[in-house]
Amino acid sequence: MKKELPERFKDYKNVWVVVEIERGRVHPVSWELMGEGRKLADRLGVQLCAVVLGPKAASTKAAVKQTYHYGADVCYICEDAALTDYRNAPYTEILTDLVNKHKPEILLLGATPLGRDLAGSVATTLGTGLTADSTELRIDDDNSLAATRPTFGGTLLCTIYTLNFRPQMATVRPRVFAMPEADTTRAGRMVWESLRMKEEDIVTKILEFVADNTSSEANLAYADIVVAGGMGLQNEANFRHVKRLAQVLGGDYGCSRPVVQKGWLPAERQIGQTGNTIRPRLYIAAGISGAIQHRVGVEGADLIVAINTDPDAKIFEFAHLGVVADALTVLPALSDAFARRLRAPALAS
Amino acid sequence: MNILVCIKQVPDSAQIRVHPVTNTIMRQGVPTIINPYDLFALEEAMRLRDEYGGQVTVLCMGPPMAEDALRRALGLGADRAVLITDRRFAGSDTLATSFALATALGKIAEERAIDIVFTGKQTIDGDTAQVGPGIARRMGLNQLTYVSAIDSLDMGRRSIVVRRRSEGGVQVLRSALPCLITMLEDSNVVRRGSIQDMLRAARAPVTIWSAEEAGVEDPLKCGLRGSPTVVKRVFAPSPREESAEMVTVEGKDPARIGEAIIDLIFARDPKLEVALTATAS
Ligand SMILES: Cc1cc2nc3c(=O)[nH]c(=O)nc-3n(C[C@H](O)[C@H](O)[C@H](O)COP(=O)(O)OP(=O)(O)OC[C@H]3O[C@@H](n4cnc5c(N)ncnc54)[C@H](O)[C@@H]3O)c2cc1C
Ligand SMILES: Cc1cc2nc3c(=O)[nH]c(=O)nc-3n(C[C@H](O)[C@H](O)[C@H](O)COP(=O)(O)OP(=O)(O)OC[C@H]3O[C@@H](n4cnc5c(N)ncnc54)[C@H](O)[C@@H]3O)c2cc1C
Repeated sequence: MKKELPERFKDYKNVWVVVEIERGRVHPVSWELMGEGRKLADRLGVQLCAVVLGPKAASTKAAVKQTYHYGADVCYICEDAALTDYRNAPYTEILTDLVNKHKPEILLLGATPLGRDLAGSVATTLGTGLTADSTELRIDDDNSLAATRPTFGGTLLCTIYTLNFRPQMATVRPRVFAMPEADTTRAGRMVWESLRMKEEDIVTKILEFVADNTSSEANLAYADIVVAGGMGLQNEANFRHVKRLAQVLGGDYGCSRPVVQKGWLPAERQIGQTGNTIRPRLYIAAGISGAIQHRVGVEGADLIVAINTDPDAKIFEFAHLGVVADALTVLPALSDAFARRLRAPALAS
Repeated sequence: MNILVCIKQVPDSAQIRVHPVTNTIMRQGVPTIINPYDLFALEEAMRLRDEYGGQVTVLCMGPPMAEDALRRALGLGADRAVLITDRRFAGSDTLATSFALATALGKIAEERAIDIVFTGKQTIDGDTAQVGPGIARRMGLNQLTYVSAIDSLDMGRRSIVVRRRSEGGVQVLRSALPCLITMLEDSNVVRRGSIQDMLRAARAPVTIWSAEEAGVEDPLKCGLRGSPTVVKRVFAPSPREESAEMVTVEGKDPARIGEAIIDLIFARDPKLEVALTATAS
């Protein structure tokens, strides 16, 4: 396939990130994308632009301000009551309009329920390519976007291009890229646009929002310390050892997929290809064999510690520290030892 | 009700092997299955049919052998099956796939208007979750993704209420038919086919359409040529340089193992010790 961009796409310029706001809260994946988008824009010598869609509200204004802190030069803003909660029709309409009017060459969204729902519609409307769940974004020598993503559950990687169409679209999962530092001194340009669609034209209505009652629990994907257990823990009751260590360390806990399939822990605790991607500072994996589908979800961790009875377990190929031992005795011992150590300096001072 | 369910035949990816030298995927002998996520869509479609009447048609784009997947769906209780298969579909990305499927759906709708199109949340091979939204957009259907439950359906008013998984909670949405629903996994319990359905499936005709028969007018929109994305390189992830540093403790005393692990963790990340003791005190 030849790379030959049709004339009508030649003035497509700049890197765009769609900022995902649900119920007034910006999803951190948007800032992670801004961090990566900044690098792409610098490499291309173009501007980084954010798209902020939402109601006329303080939370929308706050999000706009933050886009500059995370690297945006320009922010495209549409404030409309019809954009209060995410719905496919009005969001697709406004984002498609913005793209057709301002012509970005790269358009990035989070691979979240919102981002995947919206990106699929917008790419189809524009007739352009969309690479899903990218784990690496790079600018090629000819300035086109090379998006790499895992395939077949992470056994292989493939690099995908959108050669002859613009914008080049990609989604990226939360936690694949690191959170950039905010620079609160930065500011930028604002461009307002309005939604052509009226509430009467929107078929789908929101009757209610039922918040998950996990507000007290930390968000696994964003936890600094994660302790996880696999089939090596043998039964549901033994997960108390995992939860206790997580608690002692002030972290969160998770598991491998078969644990969810057994019904020992709920699906939102799953880590890996078809679960959460995590990037903690410390990841402790107990009784997990380290299958590729698990590995792809934890590779961003700074320090991986594996406890497994099998010296040949795959997990020792990518863990930083390993111990061949029974997790059922080591986990409680580790919790006790940590509890002692962390208390000791406080007592001494 | 006229309900359509899109199902994809996929390799049973737990058994996929990669050639150690050429890094290519070895598909030979890999068993194929109905994409597991699509079974929840099929189940939900059959549940609605059982309650409201009508028929469930399963639609698949794939090579001739994908007929197997459709027969399995008939065995589970689908009423009718359509396979669109053509060399010109080969190499389709999601844009070209949604074009081909939407075209065939349009042709099916000529006989009788479609009320609901179901798809799975995503596949286990391509894993993009983009085909459902693509079909909805092309056909102008109300798009309802990540649906965990259908709360109610009013065929008189043609209105539907669903629960949609979103960030931090569930949206309860009221929308209208015709719509496209992508069904979340584990949202229902997939039935086993009855003996009658299994017997029927073995003999039932599967409608097989070429691109032309499916209603495709512009073959340039299909397959590789209709796909804006191009896969340039497929490669194996590079292994990490060194393998894990192993904790070795004489004897098997868990307490000593625990202490040794902590020493090594703090040796590698001294700031973590400071941070942890600060929050603990
Ligand atoms: C399409 C697809 C997607 C998938 N997605 C995911 C995903 O997102 N996340 C995921 O995790 N998996 C996923 N999997 C499954 C994955 O392939 C593995 O099957 C799974 O990760 C294995 O889980 P496990 O390590 O807990 O269990 P096992 O592979 O059974 O390993 C158990 C381990 O525990 C060890 N052990 C036993 N007893 C003890 C003990 N007392 N103390 C210490 N160690 C002990 C054993 O030596 C063994 O290594 C996916 C698979 C497919 C096909
Ligand atoms: C490793 C790999 C990576 C790929 N990456 C991309 C990419 O980033 N972008 C891109 O545009 N294409 C990509 N493709 C191509 C894409 O997989 C194909 O277009 C495929 O035909 C449909 O996409 P999907 O498997 O991701 O389906 P999804 O969009 O995940 O499927 C959602 C639902 O649509 C229905 N459906 C999907 N395919 C069919 C079918 N053939 N017949 C009937 N129903 C179906 C099913 O109900 C399914 O549950 C990739 C393919 C591979 C093998």
